[in-house]
Order: sequence, then structure tokens, then C-alpha cells
Amino acid sequence: MKPRTRRFGWIAGGLALLGVATALVLNAFQSNLVFFFTPSQVAADEAPRGRPFRIGGMVEAGSLTRDRDSLTVHFRVTDTARTIPVSYTGLLPDLFKEGKGVVAQGSLAADGSFHATEVLAKHDANYMPPQAQAAIDKARQGMTMPSLHETKADR
Amino acid sequence: MIPELGHFALILALLVAATQGIVPMVGAALNRQRMMAVARPAARMQFVLVAIAFACLAWSFASNDFSVQNVASNSNSELPLHYRIAATWGSHEGSLLLWALMLTGWSCAVSAFSRNLPDALAARVLSVMGLISVGFLLFLLFTSNPFARLIPPAPEGRDLNPLLQDPGMVFHPPLLYMGYVGFSVAFAFALAALIGGRLDATWARWSRPWTTVAWAFLTTGIALGSGWAYYTLGWGGWWFWDPVENASFMPWLTGTALIHSLAVTEKRGAFRSWTVLLAILAFSLSLLGTFLVRSGVLTSVHAFATDPARGVFILAFLAIVIGGSLALFAWRAGSVGLGGSFALVSRESMLLANNIVLIVAMASVLLGTLYPLFLDALDLGKISVGPPYFEAVFYPLLAPAVFLMGVGPIARWNRTAVPELAARLKWALAVALVSALLLPFVLGRWSPLVVVGLFLALWLFATTAVNLWQRLRGSHRGNLRARLAANPPSYYGMLLAHFGVGVFIVGVTLVKGYEIERDVRLDVGQRVAVGPYEFAFLGVTPAPGPNYRALVGTVEVRQDGRLIETLHPEKRIYNASGQTMTIAAIDTGISGDRYVSLGEAIGGDGAIAGAWSVRIYLKPFVDWIWLGAFVMALGGFVAVSDRRYRLAVRRRLGALAGAAAAE
Repeated sequence: MKPRTRRFGWIAGGLALLGVATALVLNAFQSNLVFFFTPSQVAADEAPRGRPFRIGGMVEAGSLTRDRDSLTVHFRVTDTARTIPVSYTGLLPDLFKEGKGVVAQGSLAADGSFHATEVLAKHDANYMPPQAQAAIDKARQGMTMPSLHETKADR
Repeated sequence: MIPELGHFALILALLVAATQGIVPMVGAALNRQRMMAVARPAARMQFVLVAIAFACLAWSFASNDFSVQNVASNSNSELPLHYRIAATWGSHEGSLLLWALMLTGWSCAVSAFSRNLPDALAARVLSVMGLISVGFLLFLLFTSNPFARLIPPAPEGRDLNPLLQDPGMVFHPPLLYMGYVGFSVAFAFALAALIGGRLDATWARWSRPWTTVAWAFLTTGIALGSGWAYYTLGWGGWWFWDPVENASFMPWLTGTALIHSLAVTEKRGAFRSWTVLLAILAFSLSLLGTFLVRSGVLTSVHAFATDPARGVFILAFLAIVIGGSLALFAWRAGSVGLGGSFALVSRESMLLANNIVLIVAMASVLLGTLYPLFLDALDLGKISVGPPYFEAVFYPLLAPAVFLMGVGPIARWNRTAVPELAARLKWALAVALVSALLLPFVLGRWSPLVVVGLFLALWLFATTAVNLWQRLRGSHRGNLRARLAANPPSYYGMLLAHFGVGVFIVGVTLVKGYEIERDVRLDVGQRVAVGPYEFAFLGVTPAPGPNYRALVGTVEVRQDGRLIETLHPEKRIYNASGQTMTIAAIDTGISGDRYVSLGEAIGGDGAIAGAWSVRIYLKPFVDWIWLGAFVMALGGFVAVSDRRYRLAVRRRLGALAGAAAAE
């Protein structure tokens, strides 16, 4: 093989590999995005059905109930304008409390309640999940722009 | 008085850093020996000054000086002494001071181990590091002064976040920072070489050990952080693809690519521009990681404050460093040259493929981490990208790279005949393939994912063995010891690191394939069977701690009716903050962990007498994940013990130019 052919060979090979990788990455990205909605948006039927998404807001005081014989809990999440009933089976994070902020991931059931598969724990007691805060701010002030710091909450 | 002393030392350090950043650089340009000679003493003096500042802050923490804002916010007189000292780097300001300390420490090390470098190169390297230090010290002094006073002083501190009151947290940040900041040396070498216009095999040999050590520290730091998340967060996961984890993983991926690319540049003179670009990228990503974690853009245990001034400062610093170095690269890369050519099947081509895969992997992490931030900043909606995305990308992407890891070290430089490679590797392939297909039957359940994972791990073990065996057989006569000694430490370091990757893959595969996770409601005295074990919950009892109150549960583990272990998971409530913490009880073993943690008291009978929600996990071979990471890091440390890096490498510049031209 001439050097030029050889060089062309591995440039082509590298590009093919890159192309495959890019396609793979973008495809995975597209199908695994999780969108965030406020209780008001869910009430306005903006949230997708049959696809997981996140909701955020405050756990309404006095709304937490437990099933007798299982680990299923029920509570309502509010952005002060609208509320949405949520059910979850499993252990709640340490910092989950009534009257505090919460972010949950799951999907809408047929009866309009939210079935959470994950309730996100927070690292600090003084901390309000930014998404939950944003949901409340939005409901209170109409549609204002969230600041740069109100971003994705983790864990 | 002590805090003011620290503050003053920090200001002096800034002045010294500015001197170190400017004078030697100008001296190198003008070829003035006396100006270049400023670099070494300046680097040492700066280290001493920052160390004094750090010691002053540590002293303030140790002596409970709540008139210092930082101490009052992050410590408490009830906190045990070792955590008070660790709290020094538990806050935003303190952790940046630790960063500065590490940076000056690395500069000091470069000044001590650079006797063999040409004066101009050493001056430029130290000067670049001085300039980075100027940026960080300015940031510290103007936006995050760790010594700011609180008037009037607080009577008591607000306490360190309970999540951070853990032995793992004492070591995780310093080790991680050693790695992050260590890439600044490779970065400084790359910039110095670009400025000087001399980028050759000797340059690569100089920067290799620094890069490898930084990488080994980073590996250890990430592993410790992962282990901490596993036992502290009470979820039993070891990696969450959380943005703060990704922030440390991106420099690691790039650093791994850089190590391999540097090897090619040193041995073959190829990939020069690429190596320089990787060095710039690795350090830029370390800075980006700092920005993401410390600026409050991401909210987590690592993000302490959301002060916009800090975010803007770091962003500006980031823009200057990345923009400046890339501009320099664009301007000077043409003079660097392309280096040697090589065949389609050769060690170079495989290392190139490895580099491409690692960088694509890094880019996919970057996309998943930054895209949600961009959307949010532009108010286009709030999204999150979770583990499913990263898993969908990483398995198919890294599997071929791991396969190549087995082939690459056996392939020859420049050109390898495929039939020869196949002949050398056929037994390794056969053994790995057959064992991977059969082992899942022994372990319980057969699944394709487990087969692929086990195959890759066994392939690495087998090719490592083949590699070693062929090396020993091919070397000169003599007994085994003489044959072993005939190979350099860098070779064993490489084998060890690749072997560590295999160990790591075993852990990941078996946990993923065979873990059992059960969340159950247990009354006092109730039993539950999980896997081959039976867990009996015997209730909780209150127990006092130094700065918390705890409820300690008792869980007996039986196998075939025989008691094998009694576990004591805890629920703690910290006095100062009122925060609740779950402390999992983990029975660790080489073949896996039994993991029990308490949820909360449920049912109406109260915490002591009533039922609890309990989380019971079986995690087969999970410790191999961290073991593998430590073996990788150990490989790095073994590799740099190579004498070759310490031999006098100073040569006449003419000889260098001649060698470069000959390639």
C-alpha cells in the first residue's frame, strides 16, 4: 500500500467509527431525556402520557399517608396554585418532609395521579430543590424567567 | 491574629505568583539566565506561603475560632478534632485554598525535579504554573476569602454537613485535587513546548511521569468518592452519573487518553499535536469541573454557595485559560510537525483508536452534563439526563476499546502482521471466550450482558498473562528473577493497570448482573429471606454519639439456619443541624457485600417498638470495583518508578533537533 492510500484508509476508518459513535450517542440521548413539569403544567395537560417525566414542588403539609402493610406512601405535591397526588413504593430519602421541597420522577396514571419511581434525596436540610423552587416561583409570579442558578437538581 | 496572618500570607503568595508568572517567561524570551533563575525559588516560596495560609485556616478550625465566618459556617465545637481539620477543605473557600496549595505543591515539585530540563523550558513551565496560580489566588482573595471575619463572633458553629463527617471524606478531596491539579503540570509542559517551539520525544519523556502520577491520584480520588457514595448515601449504588461525578470523570477519560498518546509521542515521535491538544483538554476539563462543582451551577453536596460573582469569575478564568491555550495551539501547532507514519495494523493505530473512543466517551459525558444546563440557562425547558443515557452510550463504546487493550500491548510498533497477532493471541481468546460462556452457569443466571462483561475481563487477564509469558520467554537466559528484572517498571506498571481494569470490569459486571435489592417493611422479630440468606430484624435501641443521637438497629443474618453475622445499621440525628443521616451496615467480603440500611419507623407503635422500613441489598463482587481502581492507580505509581525518567536527559539542543529531523 502506498503511504497515501494507507493514510486515507485510517482516516476513513476513524471517520466511520466517529460516525457510528455519534449516531449511537445522539440516539441514546434523544430517547433518554427526562423533562420537568410543574403541577400547574400537569393540570393543564402539558405533560406527556406514557413517558416518564419529573415533577417538582412542595410536599403539601398533612398530605402524607402510608399503606398499612406495604411501603407505599401517598402525598400531594403543590406549587401553591395546583396540586397533584403522588404515590410511591419504597424508602423515602432522609430529607423528605411535609412542607419541604421535593422532586419526583415517574409517569402519569390513568386516573391523573402521578406514580413516582424515584423520589430525589437532597444533601442539605436547608436546601430547596431548585426545580421545586422554580415551580413555586412560576406559579406565584406567572411565567417569569428562572435564574441561571435554578438548574437541574441531583440526588 | 492567626487568621490575619493566613490572609497576609495569601496576599504575599499572590505577589510571588505574579513574579513567578512573568519574570521567567520574559527571561526565557530574551534568553536572560538571571531572570529565568527566578522561577525555582519563587515556586518554593509560594508553596511555603500558601502552606502557611492553609495551616492558619486549619488552626482556626481546630481551635474553634467562630469569629471566622468560614469556621462558624462549617464547624462546631462538638465536632471531633479529625473532622474539624477535614472541615478545612469541607467548604467552598477552604477547598479552593486546598486547590491552591496543591498547585503550589506541584510547582514546588517541578522546581525540585527539573534539574535535567533545559533552563528555558523549566522557566516557561514554572511560569505557566505561576500564572494559573495568580488566577486562583485572585479568585480566593476577591470572591472567596477563607479568612473573612464574622463580627460579632458566633457563639457556636453551624456544623459540617453530616454527609461529610466520614473518613472517606477526609481523603477524597485532597486525592482528587492532587489529580485535577496535577494535570496542570502536563498543561504547563505543553504550553511551554508550544511557546518554545520544541516538541519532541524528549519533551514527551519529561511530561510523562507527571501526567501518570496525576492520573493515578485522580483514579484513587474518584474511587474513594464512589466508595463514599456507596456506603454513605444509603442507596447502595456506586456511580450515579451525577454531574459532579461526571465533572471528575471527564478529566479522567481525557487523562487516560493523554497517557497513551504521550507513550506514542515518546516512543515513536507521532501524535505530537494531538498529545498537546489532549494536555490542554485534560486541564481545561479539570477547570470546568471546578467551575461546575464550585460555582453553584450544579446543586449538590459539593456546591456550597450560589454567589454569582464567583460563577462569573470562574467562567472568565476558564475562558482565558482555554481560549488562550487553544489560540496558542492554533498559532504554533504548525511548527510542531506530524511525526512518523505507521501501518493500519500497528500499536500506534490501536492506541489511536483507543484515544478516539476515550474522547468520544468524554464528549458524550460532556453533552449529557452540559446540555441540560444550556437549555435551562436559555429558559428552553428543564430536562435531566439520567443513568440510562450514559449506560446506553458507555457499554457499546468502551467494549471495543477494552478488547483493543488486550491486543495493543502485544502488537508491534509501526507494523504488525495480522496472522502473527492472531497466532499469539488465539489461546487467550479461546480461554476467555469459553470461560465467559460457562461461568454464568456457575454463578446462577445466564445473561448476554454478563457474558460480554466477563469475556472482556477474562480477555484482559489472559492477554496480560500471554504478554508477560512471551516477554519472559523471549528475554535473555537466566533464572526467573533475572528475566523479571530485565523488564522496566513501566512495563509492569502498564500490565498492572490493564489488569486493574479487568478487576474493575468483573466487579461492575457481577454487581449489575446478580445484585438483589429489596425494600421491606419489618416488624420487630420479623424475618425475610433475601437470596440464600435470612435476615431477622430485632428492633432498634437508642445510642448517644459525640455530636449526634442515634437509633441503632440489630439485624441477624442466617444462612441455612446458622447465624453468620449481626449487622447494626444506624439512623443518626445531628445535634447542631438537626439533619438525619442513614448509616448503612455493610458486611464486606471478597465475593460480595451484605448491605442493610434503615428507612424510617412506620406504623403507629413508635420508633422503638414499631415496624421499620428496611433496605436489604446483596452486592456480589462490588468491592472489586474499587479494588480494580486502586490496582490501576498502583500501576501508575509503579510505572513512574522507572529509572529511565530519572536518568540525565539533558542533551545538546543540536542533538535534539537532529533526532527530530531524522524521524
